[in-house]
Amino acid sequence: MQIEAAICAFCGCLCDDIVLTIESDRIVQAKNACALGKAWYTAHSRPPDLPAARVDGKSVEVEEAIEAAAILLTKARYPILYGLSSTSCEAQRHAVALAEALGGCIDCCTSVCHGPSGMAVQGFGEPTCTLGEVKNRADLVIYWGSNPAESHPRHMSRYAVTSKGRLTPNGRKNRTVVLVDVRSTPSSRFADLLLTVRPGIDFEILWALRALVLGRKVEPAGLAETGITLAQLTHLAELMKNCRYGVLFAGQGLTQSAGNQMNLSAAILLVRDLNQFTKFAIIPMRGHGNVTGVDQVLTWQTGYPFGVNFSRGYPRFNPGEFTMVDVLRRKEADAVLSVASDPAASLPAEAVQRLTEVPLIAIDTHESETTRLARVSFMASTVGIRASGTAYRMDNVPLFLKQALTSIYPSDEEILGRLLERVRELKA
Amino acid sequence: MADNTFTLITGRSGAQGTGISWGKEGEGYREAVQLVELNPADMECLGLQEGDAVRLISRYGATEALCRPGNLPTGLAFMAFGPVANQLTGAETRASGMPDTRGFEVRLEPVLNRRGVDKR
Amino acid sequence: MIRILNGEVYDPINGIAGEVRNLYICDGRISSQDAGGRTIDAAGMVVMPGGVDMHCHIAGPKVNTARKLRPEDHRAHEIAKTPLSRSGTFGSVPTTFATGYRYAMMGYTTAFDAAIPPLAARHAHEELNDTPVIDKGFFLLMGNNEFIMERIAAGEKEEVRHFAAWLLQAAKGYAIKLVNPGGVELWKSRSNAHTLDDEVTGFQITPRQIIQSLAEVSEELSLPHPVHIHCNNLGIAGNWETTLETMKALEGRRGHLTHIQFHSYGGNPGESFSSKAAEMAEYVNAHPNLSVDVGQVMFGDTTSLTGDGPLGYMLHQVTGCKWVNVDIENEAGCGITPIEYKEKNSIHATQWAIGLEWFLLVQDPWRVVLTTDHPNGASFTLYPRIIRLLMDREYRKEMMRNVNQKALAQTTLPDLEREYTLNEIAIITRAGPARLLGLQDKGHLGVGACGDVTIYEKNADWEKMFAAPRYVIKDGQVLIEDGHLRGETYGRTFYVSPAYDPAIEGKIRKFFDDYYTVRYENYPVQLEHYLPRPEAIPCRV
Ligand code: SF4
Ligand SMILES: [Zn+2]
Repeated sequence: MQIEAAICAFCGCLCDDIVLTIESDRIVQAKNACALGKAWYTAHSRPPDLPAARVDGKSVEVEEAIEAAAILLTKARYPILYGLSSTSCEAQRHAVALAEALGGCIDCCTSVCHGPSGMAVQGFGEPTCTLGEVKNRADLVIYWGSNPAESHPRHMSRYAVTSKGRLTPNGRKNRTVVLVDVRSTPSSRFADLLLTVRPGIDFEILWALRALVLGRKVEPAGLAETGITLAQLTHLAELMKNCRYGVLFAGQGLTQSAGNQMNLSAAILLVRDLNQFTKFAIIPMRGHGNVTGVDQVLTWQTGYPFGVNFSRGYPRFNPGEFTMVDVLRRKEADAVLSVASDPAASLPAEAVQRLTEVPLIAIDTHESETTRLARVSFMASTVGIRASGTAYRMDNVPLFLKQALTSIYPSDEEILGRLLERVRELKA
Repeated sequence: MADNTFTLITGRSGAQGTGISWGKEGEGYREAVQLVELNPADMECLGLQEGDAVRLISRYGATEALCRPGNLPTGLAFMAFGPVANQLTGAETRASGMPDTRGFEVRLEPVLNRRGVDKR
Repeated sequence: MIRILNGEVYDPINGIAGEVRNLYICDGRISSQDAGGRTIDAAGMVVMPGGVDMHCHIAGPKVNTARKLRPEDHRAHEIAKTPLSRSGTFGSVPTTFATGYRYAMMGYTTAFDAAIPPLAARHAHEELNDTPVIDKGFFLLMGNNEFIMERIAAGEKEEVRHFAAWLLQAAKGYAIKLVNPGGVELWKSRSNAHTLDDEVTGFQITPRQIIQSLAEVSEELSLPHPVHIHCNNLGIAGNWETTLETMKALEGRRGHLTHIQFHSYGGNPGESFSSKAAEMAEYVNAHPNLSVDVGQVMFGDTTSLTGDGPLGYMLHQVTGCKWVNVDIENEAGCGITPIEYKEKNSIHATQWAIGLEWFLLVQDPWRVVLTTDHPNGASFTLYPRIIRLLMDREYRKEMMRNVNQKALAQTTLPDLEREYTLNEIAIITRAGPARLLGLQDKGHLGVGACGDVTIYEKNADWEKMFAAPRYVIKDGQVLIEDGHLRGETYGRTFYVSPAYDPAIEGKIRKFFDDYYTVRYENYPVQLEHYLPRPEAIPCRV
């Protein structure tokens, strides 16, 4: 059997042109998908080899695990729900309701990828566009602190570099591509202009660029530490001012380096300044399949995109206080529910330490460091393969991911829904 | 790289990316997240060859990795996101929620020459 | 089953203006039979159908981006959870749950979001599904749709119609909405449309052609609500001529001109700013094909969020505040910036006065609707205060004393003595908008109508009365009693499903292959998944 126009939910590109070939409930081919996408499809269509639910390592009925998880969570005084980047918005909606019912915290992978972008948007706004405008109009594309060839392998071909559109009928020939990074990467060869900068100095460079764009004088000596020359920077400023429609793709090289939200603030202000001269947009390179969706859901339900706390019965937002790494580092969390994410393998060791000290509940589609560590763990059907639901692309375009194979495990949505119901009963 | 000090950058690599789907027990993933890439000149300076194990020490922790020459400026070290690099990253977020995961100092000490021969 | 006894009933659609009557609700609908059930003694109270907001911004991408943009606006405006309700935050752009509860608390049971880009229709439905109590729907942005502009340029009127019908079906939208027709497309190359006859670069058509062709399509498809127009040049001194031109361009066809206050300015940009409400109201009075909603400005801090990208940029330049712009492929745009309306600011004072002039100068209350273009002019929560301004001349005069006097003196407001009656308020807040929206069972209390009833305790202060109804009944369920939520319910989603010639699909598919980043197959909203309580409103034939 073939499925046309399937959507790969591995990364924020959410490519929706995948042709799946299915044989006896397995995806044997995922045409058009990149290596990351192919691995995702193939790995997630393996027959299940783990029990649907485990408590203390022992296989149990899902019902029993729900009960165990509900008790652990309701007993906790400061539980935190975390992850949610690789699941559906329907599951995320339940997760927010669950955090509210528990009076705990909820944070998503955003805080460790593009949380600083979100904070910068709160400060200065965001001139942006959907990826189709990049395809149709952009004649200058800048990747800053991003390595799309390895993180979003089809980003350049589907949207930003070789794709053809209304004002870019010749695709690559109609665009200038700039890469700014601290090292050369597999993406480097796609660039017309490659700027290798010193690490941790992005803010200074962006600020100098603002000055150049606005026609102010920049002392060459001031750039000594940046790894690039005034001539190089002036050239870039000219390219930016003189393009028809420019787009700056902001990568984690900006959000995770010293300065964090200040780097993004500088980037946004630069793009804002450029709109005095031309059209310019900024788009954060959101990583996981539906990390953009969890920001959306949290925002429409609470007003805030990540790092939300419900201890007082209403939502409060404070990055650094209610964000996962901080809540773990300060040893405040006394229970953790991880959904569709692997904090044990992705957070700094000091934060992971806390995961080993408190009741940990994990819901994921496959075995991970986190599920192995968890006291209660659930196996869930992967959204877009064995379950359906909504996901938002990195540019906030919402898509419906259809189930392609039979479901064997319950979905995150189902597990969280049942957990929510039970927690509400226990709290009543 | 005075005193064997490098600036460590962490990030996505292809094999680490597919490893997320295949499960992190897979060989490809384990290898990918165990590697530290250095400029060839820096490696020579430290007397390191591809595959040699090195000890990395940051202000937050320490770990071991296998080195490999990479296309990056001198003084920089690159590791893929993963549990090995996480031993070095810091949980201090300076009120941003974002841990210290990129662009911090690490000290690098050779441990083994080639695979298996202890230099200590 | 509910019996509401001895209330003073205002049901303008059925010609009832303050008669003391009994009402019965059975199976969620108004019934002629007293079938018993809970009895509400409404003696001495005012009984009206549930309120209908025909133009607000409560869901979808720009609303959510505005929420995200303004944490400072949410702080200190939190709403705690209760056993029956979810928590949330307020401020100028409240969260979904907070929005639904608050409308209900105010006696409103229906609201339409006025500007959804079709590409984000799924997002709007997701948010509406998390918006409790009220029935809802949205208008679909079409005034800068590149497929439509191409078809107009090619002279293919039929294809415009088929496409518009296809798009309404695909997005599960309710009406055709134009926002700065042609201008938003031009903004993608940093330009704008300033007159109805400016050329839309790349398409060789004009805003006039877009307006005329989509007004025609709305009529030909017999959509329940006529074309809903946000004119070109919003907010710009001297824009009244563009607005009048737009009215004339309709050539007798039905059209709804929205937030008309923002389009009624005389003067010259950068030099002078004045009211042209009187001249324009006269034109509307003489042309029964036209209706307007006001988009009243009220003083205070709010957020401007609009599908009019160049307008967002202009406001950002004026205020210097943080700014969001979103260009949406092939379809639409968006601009967001915080704004504070100040009483002493001559432009703001003029805007405030113009809104009130419109209410007081349009003679036929069925063609003027109470809106603030929430949250653009003000939050919908200020409707009760606006009602007081309309009903209470003394209060209005008192408020007039606080505003910039020079600005005020240049409007006709100081000379207007009219006071709205309760019956007229019932028209501009429920009966009128329901009728303009083509909702047969909304906005009235005749047999078969939805069991949406609001019961107010009388109060000399009309604002207090309308802000806190004693009972709010939705589909026959008492949901609000004495200001408290008593139940949990989610409303219906209204949409239209006009027919089209399937032959158009091949052309649309080709257009998607060329210009969209989403495949044709993945574009339409899945009805079963995204509309848990769908209600298709038939197109009149
Ligand atoms: S680029 Fe991302 S979404 Fe597209 S196929 Fe590759 S992993 Fe999947
Ligand atoms: Zn509006």
